[in-house]
Formats: sequence, C-alpha cells, structure tokens
Amino acid sequence: MHPRLELRNICKRYPGVVANDDVSLSIQPGEIHAVLGENGAGKSTLMKIIYGAAQADSGEIFCDGNPIAAHNPATSRALGIEMVYQHFALFESVSVVENIALSASSAFDLPSLAEKIRELSLRYGMPIDPHRQVHDLSVGERQRVEIVRCLLQAPKLLILDEPTSVLTPQAVVKLFETLRQLAAEGCSIVYISHKLDEVQELCDTATVLRNGKVTGTARPKETTSLELARMMVGSKLPEMHVSPATLSKKPVLEVNNLSAKARDHFGVELKDVSFDVHGGEIVGLAGVSGNGQAELIALLSGERTHGRSDAVRISGTPAAGLRADERRKLGLAFVPEERLGRGAVPSHTLWENAVLTAHRFGTVRKGLVDRRKASAFAAGVIDKFKVKANGPGSTAQSLSGGNLQKFIVGREIALAPKLLLVSQPTWGVDVGASAFIRQTIVDLSRAGTAVFVVSEELDELFEICDRLLVICQGRVSPPLVRKSTDREEIGLLMTGRTMGKDKTGSSSVALQD
Amino acid sequence: MRIAAPVLASVLTLIVGSVFFASLGHDPLPTLYAFFVEPLNSMNGLSEWLLKASPLILIACGLAVGFRANVWNIGAEGQFTMGAIAASGVGLFWPDPESALLLPLMFLGGMAAGMAWAAIPAFLRSRMNTNEILVTLMMTYIATLFLSYLVHGPWRDPAGFNYPQTALLPAAAMFQSFDPAYRLNSSIFVTVVAVLLMWLFTDRSFLGYKMSVSGAAPLAARYAGFRESAAVWIGLLAGGAAAGIAGMAEAAGPLGQLSPQISPGYGFAAIIVAFIGRLNAFGIVLGGLLMSLLFLGGEGVQMTLGLPSALTRIFQGILLFFLLAADFFIFYRVRLVRPARDAHALETA
Repeated sequence: MHPRLELRNICKRYPGVVANDDVSLSIQPGEIHAVLGENGAGKSTLMKIIYGAAQADSGEIFCDGNPIAAHNPATSRALGIEMVYQHFALFESVSVVENIALSASSAFDLPSLAEKIRELSLRYGMPIDPHRQVHDLSVGERQRVEIVRCLLQAPKLLILDEPTSVLTPQAVVKLFETLRQLAAEGCSIVYISHKLDEVQELCDTATVLRNGKVTGTARPKETTSLELARMMVGSKLPEMHVSPATLSKKPVLEVNNLSAKARDHFGVELKDVSFDVHGGEIVGLAGVSGNGQAELIALLSGERTHGRSDAVRISGTPAAGLRADERRKLGLAFVPEERLGRGAVPSHTLWENAVLTAHRFGTVRKGLVDRRKASAFAAGVIDKFKVKANGPGSTAQSLSGGNLQKFIVGREIALAPKLLLVSQPTWGVDVGASAFIRQTIVDLSRAGTAVFVVSEELDELFEICDRLLVICQGRVSPPLVRKSTDREEIGLLMTGRTMGKDKTGSSSVALQD
Repeated sequence: MRIAAPVLASVLTLIVGSVFFASLGHDPLPTLYAFFVEPLNSMNGLSEWLLKASPLILIACGLAVGFRANVWNIGAEGQFTMGAIAASGVGLFWPDPESALLLPLMFLGGMAAGMAWAAIPAFLRSRMNTNEILVTLMMTYIATLFLSYLVHGPWRDPAGFNYPQTALLPAAAMFQSFDPAYRLNSSIFVTVVAVLLMWLFTDRSFLGYKMSVSGAAPLAARYAGFRESAAVWIGLLAGGAAAGIAGMAEAAGPLGQLSPQISPGYGFAAIIVAFIGRLNAFGIVLGGLLMSLLFLGGEGVQMTLGLPSALTRIFQGILLFFLLAADFFIFYRVRLVRPARDAHALETA
C-alpha cells in the first residue's frame, strides 16, 4: 500500500536561510504523525509546502503514490488535504454556519449546511450549534468550528498547527478523542507541536526538525521526553534554576476588591478581584483566554484606569486612577501579550521603540530624544537578549514574533522594575529562548522584583511561579501554592467548576464542554 | 518607496493633464510649457511662486504635526480666515497706527485666533469624542460667513464706494516687500522658521515622538501612558496656529485689506501639500512649491490660452487622487481571486 503522503528530499531556501534541507517523511493512512521542532526549525515552511501554499525548490511530493507536480492550496484541497491554522480565520460577527459557508468554494444552501455541521460535529464528539454567533464562542469552540470546516470536505489528511496552545487540559482530552476517532476512520493527521507530553500521548510517529533538517524519527510512545527534547534542541538543553523565594515584608502590588464593568460587548466583567504580590515572588494567573485576563491586566498596567484609586496599590501608593506612565514612575514595567502595535510600534525602529518606555532612562534629555543613547540602550538589549536583528535601526515589524518578544522583555527588564507584569511571556517563542526568558524572569524576582505572570500555558506557570491564581468568568480564585497544587485542580478551577457559588451564571464564556 | 509615490503621482498628473489639454483642443506640450515653465520665466513669476508657496508650506507644516498623530484637521481654511480677520482687526483698530508693535501684535492676534478656532474641535473631540474632521470642516464655513458679514457690515470701508471690503491697513501693519516692484515680502522668513521648528518637533523632540506613536499605534501610546487628549490638542493647535499666522501674513502682505475672498483655497490645498510632502518638513517645502506652481500655471493658462479657472482645482484633485492610488498600490498587493465556480470544478475534477 502507498503511504497517504510521502515527501522525498524536500529543500526550500529563502534569502539567507535554508528553511528545509533534504526533508523526507512518509505518513500512512490513519496515522497520527507529529512534526516536532522549535520555532524556526522549518515546521511552518514544511506545512506550507505540503498544503501547497509554498513551492519546494527541489524534492518530490507523492499523494497515495501519485506525484504532485504543480501544487497550490486548491489542488491540495482537491486531494483531500485540509489545514487547521493556529490563528483562526473566523468572522466574529456572523454565525458558525455563515462562517463555514463563506469559506466554501461551491454554491451552498444554509439550512442543509447547518444540518450537516450539526451532524458532523455530533459524530465526532464536539457539538456546536451552527446558528451561534462566533463572538459568543470560547476559543475551544472556535477551534471546533475550524475543524468541522475541514471535516466537511471529508479530508484524507488533516494538518493541525499547534492546536492545543489555547485549550484547557479538559478540552485537550476531548480534542484528542476526536482526532483518534478520525484516524481510526482512515484519515491521516499531521500534528505540529512543541509539547512533548501531548505528542507522546497522541502520536504514532514523530519527525523531529532542527534548523530545517530532520534530526530523527521516533515512536514517541516508546521514546523518553528527554530524548525527544535532545533531538529538538540539540545537546544543550537549558535547565531552569528556581531557588526558593524570599518575600519582601510588604506587598508591592495589592489588588483590593477590584470590580469593573466590561468595556464592550465582547469583554468580561471583573468581579471583586483581590490578591497581592510581594517582592521576590512570582505569582501566576492561569485561565482560558477571554475570562477577564485582558481586562485585569489593562487595569493593572494603567492602560485602563479605575475610579476607586486604592483598588490597585503599587508599593503602598493608591494607583488605580493613574495612567500607565505615572504607574511606571512607581516602578512598574509591563510586557503585554500583543507585541506589535501595543508593546512596540510596528513601523518604528528598535531604538525608537526603546524610547517608548525607557524615556526616563537617559534616552530623552531636555525634551529632545537622544538618538545615540536610545541606540545604545537598544543595542544593549539586543546584545544581552540575543535578539536576531540588524541592529537598533531595524523596524519592529521586521523581527519575528519571538525576537520582538525578547526585545520587549529585555527592554522592560532593563528598566529595573520593582513590579513586572508579564502577559504570555513565551507565546510563539522557541524552546531555547523561552527557557532564557523564563530564567530571566525568575532571576529578576529573586533579586527582589515582584512579578505577576498571565499565561495560558500551565507548564510554564508550574515551572516558574511560587503561587498561582486562576481566573474564570471574571472571578479570581484564592491563591494556591504551586508545590501543593496540581494540574487537575487548576484545570477544574479554569472551567469554573469548584468556584461553586455562581454556577447559574451565563455559560457563554469559556465553558469548554 | 515612500518617496516614489509623490514622484509617480506627479508624472501621472502631467500625463493625464496632457490628455486633458488635448481633449480641449490645445497642443499638450506647449500648453504644459505655458502651465509649468512660463510662470517661472520672470522675476515677477519667481516672486509670485514663493509668495504663494509660503502660506501653503506654513499651513502644511502645522497640519502635518496633527496628521502624524492621526488628528485630522480639515479646517485650516477657516483657521486661516479667522487669523486674517483677527490680524486685520488689530491693524485697523489699534489706537496708534504707526506703532512698531503693530505687526507683532497682529502676528500674535492672528496666531491666537487660528488656535482658538482650532481649540473648539479639540475640546469637543477630547471631551465628547466628536469627529474633528466634520467639526473643523463645518467651522470653516462659519469663519467664511463671519468674514463676509464683517466686510459687508460693521468693517466695511466708509470710503470704499460700497464695495464689500475694509479700509487698507496702515503701512506699519504690513510686511515689507523685498522690492517694491514685486509682492514677495519678509513674511517668508516666518515660513522658514516654521519649517525648521516643524523638523525639530517631529524629528527630534520627545513630544513629537509621542505624537508619532499615537498616530502609528494608538494602543502602544496607551501602553506607554501617552495621553491621547494631548495629541489631539497639540495636533489641532499646531494646525490652527500655522493657519492663523498664514492668514495674518496674507492680510499684512499681498492683500492689505479684507474682502469676502481672501484665500484661493490655501487651507485645503495645504492638506494635499502635507501629504505630497509625506508629512516631513522638507518634503512639505517641495510639495508647497509644486502646489504653488499649479496655482500660478492655472492663472497663467487662464489668461494666455483662455482655459477655465477650474483647471487649478482639477490638477490638485488629479494629483491627490494619484498620490493616494500610488500609496495604495505600494502598500497593498492586489490579487485577483478566481471565481468560486472554477475552484469547484477543480475539486470535482
């Protein structure tokens, strides 16, 4: 029998980099095949080549034994190859069925399409109501829409790009059940990930990429995660050093009974949030996205102010009514979740972006921007955080997401903050750089800074935090000490199950199943 | 690429202009020569060229400060008018018409009036979130009608044979011409200073930096804690001040008195100048010179070839149209999408 998909000696060069170097792999019908690798290892390029969105410079692709010559997404779809992207492409303001109809390439009839969606989603254990508006759906449900959209084409090969990065542990279990059922029916699945435990749980085979080359093929269920990790990052696997925390006497950040109405229809109302963060410790906030994290972090950073000024105190000073720059004077620094457009101005150079928050650190004198100082500051960050950029003169938008993140983290840490807020510190950052960023955050806290981290990756929070909070539907749980809690407990809190009191509330937000 | 767009737009404007002339029955090349070269053939032409470029550049510099922060002041024409009114008011009614302070006072009066006229939309935008594009534009009509009321009514020159115009400004209220034969006067130095200040502000100052952050990425401005209302106020007041001064210089220069028509549309043309100049101080100088030439050329061919006076406006419109189109094609890529039916055929094939 022919493999469902076979790649032979695929090479792809971009100016300055070899994205794929002699990559070969083969996937059998009904096989779940992982493609593992750090960011920049060439996974996305390879997927684009399989899907036909990019052309290989050399090498051959066979589908069910037939060579595919001229290749584009339309021919891929005709061959039964479908792809679920990491970032969903859904229109928020219309319903599920309308979204799917919009992407259909042929004529459609809404009522019968809706019926098909309902049927398919039930069959694969991920029910969706086709008439709900997409903005009412949680991230997990949106992903279901994307998957159902692919399933409607009766695919023979389904590609999923980092599908679990936004899901609760419980939703991941559901997704895996669906994928196994699909595989059992003969659909091949390519599963792109850098999460070793998931790959070990789900996948039959794994192809590991590093610097565009295949560094190994493994049966993940029979391979240790250490071996897989070695293949991914080479021999040097960074290790985290987390020494015990020594807390400051007084908390640096105090949040007292903070409530805030949602700013718009899509927002979440914060209800009576209280917690504090001491100097020297890292407090993490876990939760499925869209449960009030964005609102809370905006109220803490000063991007949004609050009428009751002692709802937020920084080093004892009532700060809820202060703007971001006034809070920064109190020692706050902040790494936001969106790098482009919020943490950095896309069209500005790195030295200009250094001035954005470092203007109190010598880069502005007598009302004039000191370009030399700003360049030196940016160069220092680039150097210390190993940012891949053509120097301080390159624009923010020319950097990859991970590199820009390193720059922004570096810039904020260079401000020597007393309180550091970080949202999604390592989103889209590769394993090596993630470890470096996490270690830097830990070191900063051990030097006495109070750190508050918002993340959707539980692994990350468990790795670096001393205490954990969980947010669900705008309420924040009491703090849990990391060493005496586990993923199960956090996962349950994330879905709001043991928060108990308010079970009758609307379930439109983020209840995954 | 940012510089390519204005050049490309200018070339395309010339080509379309030629077609236009040809369709009106004029040989394109001599007409273009009459439009763009002849006006500059004489000392007087050069003097007029700079005289008309000066207010355009001055106003565009002020407007660009706001445009860089996405504050859209479309009402420079009104601020120009109010500046001219206030300055003429000082010049006409100051108790000592020979005072050496007269011109500086008129300068301050014109600037203050332009700023005050721009402060109204700034207040409304920062307090009530009104749209400054609409408010500034509508206030232009109020200013124009106010001017009309003054010259037809209370300020009409009693010795002016009932013409709707004020008395002439006293000599001390006028900028000195460099040469009595030509109209170009010392107010052009004001524009030179404005260009330098604009460059310093936008390219070197921290305040200008904050404004550019507000314009390029409003969320980043909020992230850094830069006040949005500050950008609105500074942006509108800078435009108002520049337009008010330009209005004052016009009254105290080539006009010498107020009449219902004091501007050939400088306030609106300056918007185009700011964009052709890419909101950059030195680019604006070039843009202003080009736009001034369009005014002169339009007047020129109107007289020599009898072409309609609307020609200047048409050229301005064509130029702006091509500039925006060139920007669009430079910053976006147009891709033709195959009709759905073909893709379907492929799938079922």
